[in-house]
Parts: sequence; C-alpha cells; structure tokens
Amino acid sequence: MARVLGVEIPNEKRVEASLPYIYGIGRSTAKEILEQADVDPDIRTGELTDDQIARIIHVITTNKIVIEGDLRRELQGHMKRIQSINCYRGLRHRKGLPVRGQRTSTNARTRKGKRRTVGVVRAAGAKKGKV
Amino acid sequence: MGRSLKKGPFVDQKLLYKIEVLNDNSQKRPIKTWSRRSMITPDFVGHTFLVHNGKDFISVFVTENMVGHKLGEFSPTRKFHGHSGHNPKIKG
Repeated sequence: MARVLGVEIPNEKRVEASLPYIYGIGRSTAKEILEQADVDPDIRTGELTDDQIARIIHVITTNKIVIEGDLRRELQGHMKRIQSINCYRGLRHRKGLPVRGQRTSTNARTRKGKRRTVGVVRAAGAKKGKV
Repeated sequence: MGRSLKKGPFVDQKLLYKIEVLNDNSQKRPIKTWSRRSMITPDFVGHTFLVHNGKDFISVFVTENMVGHKLGEFSPTRKFHGHSGHNPKIKG
C-alpha cells in the first residue's frame, strides 16, 4: 500500500489503475500524470520507488490538479452559490429532482430516490367494489 | 452545448439600451421585461428586473453571483400545487 498525498492508499494494482482511487483523478488524468512523471503505467503500485512516488506527487501539485477534500469543498461551493441565488437549477437541487431537464413523469429514480406513493391512497380492494 | 465564446454573451438590444440609460443617469428603477433569454452581464448588477414568466412579472434583484445566468432562470414558469389528497404527514 503506497501513500500518495497524505491519506491516499491505492492498492497493489498497476499504477495507472490505482491512481484513480484518488477522488478527482480518473483514468485519463492518471495516464497524463504518469506520462509527465515519466513512470511506466504498467508497474504495480507497490513496486514504485520513493523517487517515482515523489515525481507523481510533484506532477499533481504543480499541475494544480484539485483532489479529495479541496475538490469536494469546491463542488459544495458551487452548489451553495447556485442554491442561494434562487435560479432554476438551484430550485431543482433543493427539491431533489433532475436538474438538466429530464422527464420526471417516469424514471428519474436516481434523483427522486425510492418510489413512494403520492396523492390519493385508496383503501385496499376499493377498485373491485368490495368497500 | 454551450454558446460559442466568439459571439460573446447574448443580451436583447432593447434591454441593453434601457440599462445603459439607467446607468448613465445612475438611476435605479425596476425594468419590466419579457426577455428571459438575455444573459445577465456585470452591468445588470444592482438593478431589479420584473421578468415575465408567461403570466406574471417576477421581481428579480440581480446580485454579483447571478452574472452569467439568464434572466429566465430566476422566474419559474411552472407552479406546483401538490397532489390531490396528498398529506405529507401520513406516509403512504
């Protein structure tokens, strides 16, 4: 378990595959980082020398790649701004509905969460005329 | 897809003119407008707009944070009245 930038502990995979364990670094960013740091993407993370790890960290910090807590805070700031100015996107975020104009009559389950019945709830069997 | 940067922000000419007049005289008076499609530029900050939503004019006071959004984003066109017979206190 190698440590890159504080608490990050990617495991014994290829470096290219373990860097994306850091929040804010995806597969393509990882490739770019490794290319700039001149590290072979096929080495296992555990086999990295201290020098190589230092080079990777150097690339991340000099390129001003925002990761982990800083990135989360940045995104939170955006959300806060958008909700505080009362714009349409802010309203949708507040209501927990899709923000980008998707349909909500059906689907949209990711945003709306688990199905829950809304509106008139009939007694069981009411439809069959048993009540 | 976003708008090409080459063109710059879109603002209706008539609206831009009204703002310029107000700014030149350093006046502040609500501007009634139907131009929901106009982008809010830094010149707009501090002014109040009455933005049409198809029925009424919604009062929008422009702050610095709103620059880059369109006027229409602040004047919702739909009104949700809730579902019939729905009582949020009783879980269905």
